[in-house]
Order: sequence, then C-alpha cells, then structure tokens
Amino acid sequence: MMAGSGLRFLVLILAVAICGAASVFQPISDSHRSAAVDVFLPVDGSYKSLGEAYEALKTLEILGIDKKSDLSSATCENVVKVLGSSSSTLKDAFYALSVNGILKCKTGEAVLLKDIVSQLQAGVKGAKSLLDFYYSVRGLVLVKEQFPGTVLSIGDAEAVFRSIKTLSQTDGRWRYSSNNPESSTFAAGLAFETLAGVISLAPSEIDQSLIQTLKTGILKLFDGIQKYDDGTFYFDEKSVDASQGPISTTASVIKGITSFAASESTGLNLPGDKIVGLAKFLLGVGIPGDAKDFFNQIDALACLEDNRFSVPLILSLPSTVISLSKKEPLKVKVSTVLGSTAPALSVKLAQAISSRTKDSSVINNQELKFDADSATYFLDSFPKNFDVGKYTFIFEIVLDDSANEKVYITEAQTKVPIAATGVISIENAEIAVLDSDIGSVESQKKLDLTKDGAVALSANHLQKLRLSFQLTSPLGHVFKPHQAFFKLKHESQVEHIFLVKTSAKKSELVLDFLGLVEKLYYLSGKYEIQLTIGDASMENSLLSNIGHIELDLPERPEKAPRPPVQSTEPLSRYGPKAEISHIFRIPEKLPAKQLSLVFLGLIVLPFIGFLIGLTQLGANIKSFPSSAGSAIPALLFHVGIAAVLLLYVLFWWKLDLFTTLKGVSLLGVFLLFVGHRTLSQLAAASNKLKSA
Amino acid sequence: MVKSTSKDAQDLFRSLRSAYSATPTNLKIIDLYVVFAVFTALIQVAYMAMVGSFPFNSFLSGVLSCIGTAVLAVCLRIQVNKENKEFKDLAPERAFADFVLCNLVLHLVIINFLG
Repeated sequence: MMAGSGLRFLVLILAVAICGAASVFQPISDSHRSAAVDVFLPVDGSYKSLGEAYEALKTLEILGIDKKSDLSSATCENVVKVLGSSSSTLKDAFYALSVNGILKCKTGEAVLLKDIVSQLQAGVKGAKSLLDFYYSVRGLVLVKEQFPGTVLSIGDAEAVFRSIKTLSQTDGRWRYSSNNPESSTFAAGLAFETLAGVISLAPSEIDQSLIQTLKTGILKLFDGIQKYDDGTFYFDEKSVDASQGPISTTASVIKGITSFAASESTGLNLPGDKIVGLAKFLLGVGIPGDAKDFFNQIDALACLEDNRFSVPLILSLPSTVISLSKKEPLKVKVSTVLGSTAPALSVKLAQAISSRTKDSSVINNQELKFDADSATYFLDSFPKNFDVGKYTFIFEIVLDDSANEKVYITEAQTKVPIAATGVISIENAEIAVLDSDIGSVESQKKLDLTKDGAVALSANHLQKLRLSFQLTSPLGHVFKPHQAFFKLKHESQVEHIFLVKTSAKKSELVLDFLGLVEKLYYLSGKYEIQLTIGDASMENSLLSNIGHIELDLPERPEKAPRPPVQSTEPLSRYGPKAEISHIFRIPEKLPAKQLSLVFLGLIVLPFIGFLIGLTQLGANIKSFPSSAGSAIPALLFHVGIAAVLLLYVLFWWKLDLFTTLKGVSLLGVFLLFVGHRTLSQLAAASNKLKSA
Repeated sequence: MVKSTSKDAQDLFRSLRSAYSATPTNLKIIDLYVVFAVFTALIQVAYMAMVGSFPFNSFLSGVLSCIGTAVLAVCLRIQVNKENKEFKDLAPERAFADFVLCNLVLHLVIINFLG
C-alpha cells in the first residue's frame, strides 16, 4: 500500500547502508581514456623526470592510447643518456629501463649492456635498504626481459632473499631499512615485487620453505585489510603522517602479490571476496585528478585484469532507471576491470526488494537474457505487480563450468539501487471555497491539472479553501508524491507556500483563512494560485497555474507585521544592504577656549593677592632654625610636603590611585618623622623662650 | 536719621579695624589665607555660572577644595589663638601639624575626584 513518509524512507536508507550499501561500480571506460590524455601528455613535449615518464607511458599503454612520436624520441634520448652514463643512480637506471621496456628505444653502441648489468649487480651486493634492493633486482629483471640472451646472475640468490626477508615484521608489514624502525604496508608491496624478481631470476635456488613463509606473510598482511560498507576493501597505512595514501598503498600491495603469484607456480590462495573488493575500491575512485593516483589505479587494475590467482569480474549497469511507460529493458554488463569481455556466464536477478515492503521481494530468481552483439544481459519483462518507486536489485553471477584458462571471481551478490518511474494519473482534481462554520460549499470548480487553467474564485476571511486530487500509480495504487506545493502569490509579489498532505485515499489541502490572516499580512486582493507536484518516480511532474482567487481580509491592526518589501530584481538580495547609521551620544558643549584661559588667569589673581598681603603683613621666615641639626629636618619637612603635592599633580596627570596611595604612604611616613622632629624642636625653642 | 546710621556704620567700621590691628601677625596670615581660598571659590562659581556645570565633578572638586582648606585654616586659627581658653594646653605646632595632615588628605581626595 502507499505508505512511507519521508522519515521511513530515511530509516530505510540507513538500514540499507548498515547492512551493505547498494552501489554501482563502472569498469574503466572511454571517459578514463580521454582524461588520461589530459593528465599524462605534457604540454611542452617532455617529461620532467624518468619516473614521471614511466608512469605516464605505462598508463597510456595500458589504456591503449597512442603516444606521440616526438614525445617518444625526446624521452628515448633521456633514456639512452642515463643508461650510457656510469654515474647514474640505481633509481634512474631502473626507471630508464622501465621506460625502455615501453618505448623500445634503439640504444645503439652508447649503451653497454654489461656495464648496466654490473652496475645493477653491484647494487644488489651493496644494497642497504629495501629501495636499493627493489631498484637493482627489478632492474635486472627488466634487462632480462628486454635483452634476452644476456647472461646475468643475481649472485647468491638465497642470501639476497634472506637479507631482504630480514626487513619483514610479524604483523605482515615491512620496514624500509634495518636502521629505521618504521614499517609500512607500501613497503610490503615493494618487498613482494623484489622477492618475486629474485625468484624469477634464480628459480631453482630458492628453498620452498622460504617461499612458504612469504606466503604466510602475505596472508598476515591481508588480515590488516580495511573495508567500507559497500563491500570495497583497501590497504592503508596505520601511521598518521604516512607519505602514501590508500590508493598508492593498495596499488603497491596488488602489484606485489600479482608479481609474486606470476613467479611462483604453486599458486597463492587469496580470499576471493577481498580481491573483488580491492578491484571495486580502485574502480570506485572514479577518474583521479592526480597523475600518481591515476597511474597507481590503472597499473593495479592491469595487474588484477590478468593474474594467476583470480581475475575479478565487475557487474555494471549503464542505466539504473526503469521506465514503465517506455517499456525498455534493463541492461546489465559484466566485464573485467579494464572493460574487456568476460567469459561465458549467466546473470540472475535473485531478488528485487521494494523500498516500501522491505521483507518480500517483487521478483525472484529471474534469469537475464544475453545479447551477443552488444555483450549485455537484459531483463525485458517485469511482473504485473512491479510498481513505480525505489528498489534494490540483487544480482548473482553464475560462471559456466567450461574450462577457463584463468580463474575468475565475482561478488556473491551485487546490490544495485534501481528507480522505477512511470506516468502517474491525476484524477478528481477540484478546488472549492467552503463556509467555515457549516462546511457547506459555496463554489466548487473541477480542475485539469495537465494544463494551466483560468479558475476565478473569491473568498473572505471567514471561509476556507479546499484543494483535493487523487494520484494513482500505473498499477492503481494511491501515489504519495515527494513534493506537493500550493503557492499563493499576491499582486504585490508576496508569496506563500503550503504543503498538500496525502492520506491513504487522496491528497488534500484545506486553508482556513481565519487562522491565516496574520500569515498573509492582512493583504487583500487578487492572489494567483499555482500547484507543483513532483517525485523522482513520476515522469509527468507538473507545475500548473490554476487561476486566481480574490481574498477579502480585514484591515491590518497597528501591531501586525508588515509584509517584507519585495524587490523587482530577483538578484537584488545579493546586492549591498542599506547603510546602518549609528546614533552616538551628542558630546557636551564645551565653553570657548579664550573664556577658559581668561578665567585661568583670574584664578591666579587671588593667589597673587595672598602673596602681596603676606608681604604687607610682614610675614617672614626669621624663626627658621639656623643651626645645622635643626635646619635639615626643617628643610626636609618642606621638601616632603612639596613632594607630596608634586605626587598629587602626577596623580592627576597620569598615575592611578593605587600607585599614588603607595607613594603617599611612603612619603607620609617620611613626613611624619621629619615633621615631628622639626615641630618638636620649634616647640622646645618656644617653650624655652616662654620660660625664659 | 540716615546720617546717624551712616556715621554709626563708619564708627563701627573704624573700631573693628583698630581692634583687628591688635591681633597677632600669625592670626592675620591665617585670615589672609582664608580670604584667598574663599575668593578662589567665588571665581570658580562665577565661571560655572557662565559656562554651565559640565563636568560637574570637576566643579565640585575645585570649590570644595577651596572651602575645605578654608575650614581647616579656620580650625587652625581657633587652636592657635592664645585667647582661646579651651585650647590652652594644645601646642600650636601640634595644631599646625594637624592642619598640614588634613590638608594633604583633603587634596588627595580632591585630586581623585577632579577627573
């Protein structure tokens, strides 16, 4: 039945996410190829380094894109120069040999093979770190591939194997050198490639037990694999500041295990779902923007495409939408990761679970037909109870038992989200104006929502407006649209949007104008009516202008909010806003400067008068003590008072109260002593005079 | 009648003047100081009357400093005056020390209030 509000749908999505999200992975396609041309062909015609040149050329080779000849010649020159010089590093020699393997440059006499071989062999002997071993051993392997017939030996292969093996750790990761305790998963991939190279150079010299311990090491590394909810597996470094991200780490491990499996004939038993998961992780990256990520993705996928343990097959859908009205079949493609054809197999649709009824499946165990021309599987008939909506289709691939040279592996079940769309029929659409108390219909009009109408209604604030319609899916069920909006637009461009609710029988909206007068800002007049119905499953979503309604609302009271000012220019809301004028306190009116200066002079006059009066009275300082013992305290007393007054002036000018109080207390104590001394001496002197 | 009153006023004034000249010099100095302080206060009040009372705290501070120091000077005069029987035992130096101390405290508060 039509059910499921938006909340339930959200809960479903979460449930699906928790128990295994459905998602679609696409194999490498032409969009990758065109992006590769942009990323890897340099604009100025040459690569910055041989490492970059190797990555670019290898990616272009795997994708089957033709390289430009002038680019090849410029790079070949660089290759010849590096291989010819005896002072190039192991890393440069390795990349030069790798590029040479792709471009097949004509080296000529400038390059002496035995010089290169002896340089690489010396590298193997004197290697101190994993990278030294990697470049030298892989370099020797490349020389052996490119120049067949060259006699080269790796020296004591078992000793080399063991010395590389010492860098391994019990948790499956490897260290870069014996001095550096840091270990990484990326280094593990490099180590596997190096050891695979050692085995291929001296196949009979390596003991089986050593190879067995290496296999257990690989399985230990796979214990630390990480995964996402949609079934992808990947490797990532555990340390936070690792220099390699998940793409390069996963690619390194994949390259390592595939080269090890290639050189080891007894076979490597890796869990199939993890291989498919790794392939899905690399495909899920999409088109990387970074050149290094792009190279790592394509190189690792090329290793997975053609390896000795299991080749993953990817199920993809060009389109995940089924249109019930167009009656087109649902197409499914199965291919390898790089897009090559898969072997003979059959695809079955095990279940099709609707988003509404989560337990039961609409389709069960339907086999898909195969179209040999386009190499796609398709489903063209759907059961009668297949309605519009969202589904999760679960596909299973069954490989034919005919003997294949390679071992193929697929996912047990591929979950794909499918949307089924169709034409929704709209019936019984009508709009009516009702009287509020009684509920009787004042005017009612039938609507044809497929085209714009010119319905004219009128209502006052005591009445209600009712809009109702019925949406039916192609199978006759009541359809609940995702969006059903009813818009009223006033002549002054003020808009109001209401939601039309869908119940079990029909969709209906009732607007009671008595409660809405304030929301409508008390604006009476002509309102245009517009209805929008939309849904992802609805092929005939509509937006129709129904007509207009004349609303008679009461007068706006004083305190009611005003409608927002509608600007005519729709983009003006992004323009500059009105400037805010701040109100500051008006500063007090100060008197004129000259007046203040005049009064400053006037204030001094009484003081001058005081001084003149003093001289007239005959004030003197005759009783100032003359002897040294009494003069000093007296002098200090006057100095102290002057100091305190000076401190007060400083206080007014810049100091604060606490500093002043500190100063005053200090000076006060000083003044107390000195003043007491002076005045007691004066008192003693006057007492002597009195008694005498 | 008018003539007698003006003559009485003149006689009164003359007798006050002669009595005043008998006061000791130190008391006259203190009187002069009080007059000086009061005049300063009056000029400040006249200024405020002309330009308004903003900032009021400064006005109050200025006027009260003058009035305060005048009051303290009057206290000093009372204590130093030898004719005052109540303060016979108080040494004039002690009174002067009180005067200085109180003035310093008063001016600290005044400066703080001046702003």
